[in-house]
Amino acid sequence: MEEREKVVEIKNLKKSFGDLHVLKGVDLDLFRQENLVVLGKSGSGKSVLIKIMVGLLRQDSGSLKVFGKEVASLKKKELNELRLKIGFSFQNSALYDSMTVRENMEFPLVRNEKNLTRKDINTRIEELLDSVGLPQTINQMPSELSGGQKKRIGIARTLILNPEIMLYDEPTAGLDPITCGEINNLILEVRERYKTSSIVITHDLACAKQIGDRMAVLLDGQFDAVGTFEEVFPNAEDERIKSFYDYNFINS
Amino acid sequence: MAEESEDRKPLLSKKIDKFFTGLADAWNFVRRFFQEVFMPPYEFKEIIQQCYRIGVESLPLISLTGFIVGIVFTNQSRPSLSEFGAASWLPSLISIAVVRAMGPLVTALIAAGKVGSSIGAEIGSMKVTEQIDAMEVSATNPFKFLVVSRVLATTLMIPLLVMYTDFVALMGSFLSVNANEMVSMTTFFVQVFEAITFLDIISSVFKSVLFGFTIGIVGCYKGYNSSKGTEGVGRAANAAVVMAMFLIFIEELLVLQLVNAIRGM
Repeated sequence: MEEREKVVEIKNLKKSFGDLHVLKGVDLDLFRQENLVVLGKSGSGKSVLIKIMVGLLRQDSGSLKVFGKEVASLKKKELNELRLKIGFSFQNSALYDSMTVRENMEFPLVRNEKNLTRKDINTRIEELLDSVGLPQTINQMPSELSGGQKKRIGIARTLILNPEIMLYDEPTAGLDPITCGEINNLILEVRERYKTSSIVITHDLACAKQIGDRMAVLLDGQFDAVGTFEEVFPNAEDERIKSFYDYNFINS
Repeated sequence: MAEESEDRKPLLSKKIDKFFTGLADAWNFVRRFFQEVFMPPYEFKEIIQQCYRIGVESLPLISLTGFIVGIVFTNQSRPSLSEFGAASWLPSLISIAVVRAMGPLVTALIAAGKVGSSIGAEIGSMKVTEQIDAMEVSATNPFKFLVVSRVLATTLMIPLLVMYTDFVALMGSFLSVNANEMVSMTTFFVQVFEAITFLDIISSVFKSVLFGFTIGIVGCYKGYNSSKGTEGVGRAANAAVVMAMFLIFIEELLVLQLVNAIRGM
């Protein structure tokens, strides 16, 4: 694993909101074409971590490099160039609710790729809606879609710019087990088809086990355990990780 | 990076610090608008859509209000003028009142309530549901798409709505004058146009542009900086209306002083 190319490198990253210290010196690497699952309790700073990665938040100290570039020191134009390589799937999908599915998909595409013809745009949108299994929703409004459909369209929208890294913020939150399974399969398909590297934020261990190559458990502002599912969970010695595992698998 | 402000330590008391940081944030927001408004790419489609929403969709409410204001103001003024045997001055009085003050003020206050609150709520809900973040991370410019387009639309449409309100209010006034004083439409409008000056029209347009800009920028600012979920959206909509109305009255007063000074020169 160590010989593979690192696409994200995080070193001693710290972030506080007032007196609340969310990240207390985080170290983590993401390798090319791997699915890394970040687990942790609500409010443990998982989403903060990926928001720093796309420049929505800025760290207090430490280093976060994406494709070798220090995100915090990028100028607006450079940051936007980097953002084109990163797809961010939001927890609540964040579909633009005044636009149809087609307009949602078009929005980033027409603003970033100026030379496309109408035919190219339509082909790209239809191809992506096909790949998430929702071609029939093209003219629907987000309010007409179910939670699972919104997640799929949200993922399709992020894929329209051909990102190399996908960041999924709680992709299965609030979904029924069957739809969760479908979203997990979609995440795996996305990696296979588009050759993306992914960070998946979740507190759902079943989801993590299904899609993750490696797990990273964020507890008290630091990664306590990083490794494969088998390395991190079944025989965990740390009580907090153990209780996390027990709660997910034994209680449910 | 709105979150950076959360990390600021209070320099004076929390309230005073909050007031000045709020003022600085608002100033930076206005400054950003003027930086981005002239820079391509331009969101023409969104500007036209917003012009339609703000202009055309406000017409029924503006028409009704303007018409009623014209009739009511005429009927209220008649007894006082009649006392001095000056009822024939009604068209002049109404035209001056409508063009100089009531048209712009009534239109702006209605637009602040209807348009300002809708802009504040719309952008506020986009903010709390991370739609603005989604635009940001897809390397697009949400400020240009949401703020510049809406502020331009209000700045362009409010003056047009004010002209329309003036016309409708004068028509309402004419109906009242015609029914009571038997004045023909030609006579009424000849008196109307004799009473108003070029300065009245220019100051009315200037005020309307200022009011339109205020309604748009305040609605966008409050929405763009809303937080704390759906409660924050409601607060943003409410604050957009209250703040815009407050600023409209202050601007009205300042422009009046300026115009009076010019008139006295």
